[in-house]
Amino acid sequence: MKIFYTFLIIVLASGFLGGAEVSKITVDGSTTVGPIAKAFAEFYMKQHPGVNITVSESGSGNGAKSLINGSCQVATMSRIMKQNEYEAAVHSEVLPISHVVALDGIAMIVHPSNPVKALTMEQVKRIYTGKIKNWSQLGGPNVPIVIISRDTNSGTYETFETRVLKGEKIVKNCEYVGSNGAIRQRVQSTQAALGYVGIGFIDNTVKALPVNSVPPSPETVKNGSYPIARPLYMYTNDYPKMGSDLYLFVTLYLTRKGQAIIEETGFIPVTNY
Amino acid sequence: MKKTERNLIMSDAASRLRRLTALILKGFLLLATAISLVAVLLIIAYIARDAIPFFKLRGLGELFKSTAWYPSGHPPEFGALAIFFGTGLVTLGAIVVAVPLGIAAAIALSDILPYRLRQIVKPVIEILAAIPSVAYGFFALVIFAPLLQNRGGSLLSTAAWLIALPLGLLIIFAVTEIATRSIREDMVKTARLVLDAALITILIRGLLALSTMLNSIKISSGTNALNVSIILGIMALPTIVSVAEDSLQAAGRELREGSYALGATRAETLFKVIIPAAGSGIIAAVILGVMRAVGETMVVWMASGNAAQIPSPWFNFLSPVRTLTATIAGDMGEADQVTGSSRYHVLFALALCLLLTSFVANLASEWVLRRQQRKLGGLK
Repeated sequence: MKIFYTFLIIVLASGFLGGAEVSKITVDGSTTVGPIAKAFAEFYMKQHPGVNITVSESGSGNGAKSLINGSCQVATMSRIMKQNEYEAAVHSEVLPISHVVALDGIAMIVHPSNPVKALTMEQVKRIYTGKIKNWSQLGGPNVPIVIISRDTNSGTYETFETRVLKGEKIVKNCEYVGSNGAIRQRVQSTQAALGYVGIGFIDNTVKALPVNSVPPSPETVKNGSYPIARPLYMYTNDYPKMGSDLYLFVTLYLTRKGQAIIEETGFIPVTNY
Repeated sequence: MKKTERNLIMSDAASRLRRLTALILKGFLLLATAISLVAVLLIIAYIARDAIPFFKLRGLGELFKSTAWYPSGHPPEFGALAIFFGTGLVTLGAIVVAVPLGIAAAIALSDILPYRLRQIVKPVIEILAAIPSVAYGFFALVIFAPLLQNRGGSLLSTAAWLIALPLGLLIIFAVTEIATRSIREDMVKTARLVLDAALITILIRGLLALSTMLNSIKISSGTNALNVSIILGIMALPTIVSVAEDSLQAAGRELREGSYALGATRAETLFKVIIPAAGSGIIAAVILGVMRAVGETMVVWMASGNAAQIPSPWFNFLSPVRTLTATIAGDMGEADQVTGSSRYHVLFALALCLLLTSFVANLASEWVLRRQQRKLGGLK
């Protein structure tokens, strides 16, 4: 028996000691913020080999739930926490603190040869709900619009749905593709196409149209004039202890390297080095 | 000489040991066979287990009757009729592309081309099966779709010429041959010539009209049912060619020689003896090829456009469609797995439908094979 207790003590002690050495951060939540969290985790684990960070993408709502019931330390969310989620958190003695890690802006892109110069929010909505079907209705050539959207699982789709469609349904002949890069590829090879991508994916093979006469760019998203944009959040329970791994992880977006990572994943950083 | 010294009668112990080893090995082989059977049963069971909650939540009607596919809407709608239709349309297209081409190639390889050429061509065709489907998808999306958009009309009219001209000529010659059979012998040649000339003029006139019509077609989006049908047809080709050619070969040399000995021509031997004898194998080849097309995911997800709509008119191959496989792959969000919503279970319901389709197709091919074998009796 004595041996057993000694063994138990050793195990527990090594557990505590090990806990101090190998710390574990669990991240759960939005599929939109997921790529940022994954890139941050990869970078951070390379810098700090003793830290283990796991990132799951189960949706913003589930991220909030996990934070409240304590199964994750960081909830990534593509929307602000709802009132009932705050209430549930306070009931469970969790104090959610939000960190806006990046901004997500969505650009409407067309083929470079398309003569249409700009769109309004109302026009974009009417195109995607099937009320405008032909470029001639927008001052372009007489060809039917090839409407392209991200698949309904993506965070980009979610942003587009909430900011532009506002509850209305996409027309049935809309084509769906699996990634921002694939939309850009389809648009650069299809003259009659209209698609949307994260602002980080704009390049000179496609033409990004101003919406409500505001061109899509990091600047217009930051000053609030570009309409199809939203902030992306990481939530922690209380502000993390200064200098801890959790603190360094959730403030990575404030560093120069963090800014570069956010730009690489196609989002707009809040910092400007 | 030492070998002969071995005792031919084993001792009891050695015999028992040998029997035991045989038993163990047999058991092991049985287990290996059983694993694949158990895997199939488990797959069906688990898919059904996750599919049933969907029907409990939403009922049977919506999935098969409605065409409104908005799994992420508020409230969501799960009408998959257009998706079933898309799968059917794309499969039909693939059959049209692959079956005539595949069977023709199989016949050419087994009975027409010289043996040495066959030894080179068949492995090359089989390489088609080794190309990963994502490579086909990439080709369809990056090369074929823009090509259809930019040169769609001329591409279609060229294809029409390539297919209709030889086919039409073949039919015309057959028709004149049959039509002039009862005419007096000294008039046959002139009659045939006149009939041929008349029919060929009509054919070329018709083709010219068709090609001007096709030339004027503008394909606005290259990721459509036509694109995917052609690519899937090409992907199904190696299966069809390989299996059909094997069964034509299996008809045997004796059968062919017997037919020739009875005075049959090469064409008669081919069409009246060899193909009927290999019929079951050819049908099995077609079903296998079709199932390859039905089950293919990556190509359709990349190049079919994924628009959940029934084209208007229904045979409009130039409009984007969405298939079952692409829907399952594309809508499989991690979000739903956790919440266990109907959005998650609907994908299993679709998978179950897909599984049942292939199950039925397999049973059908088995049935066809049995019937054919019975009909042919002694023939292999």
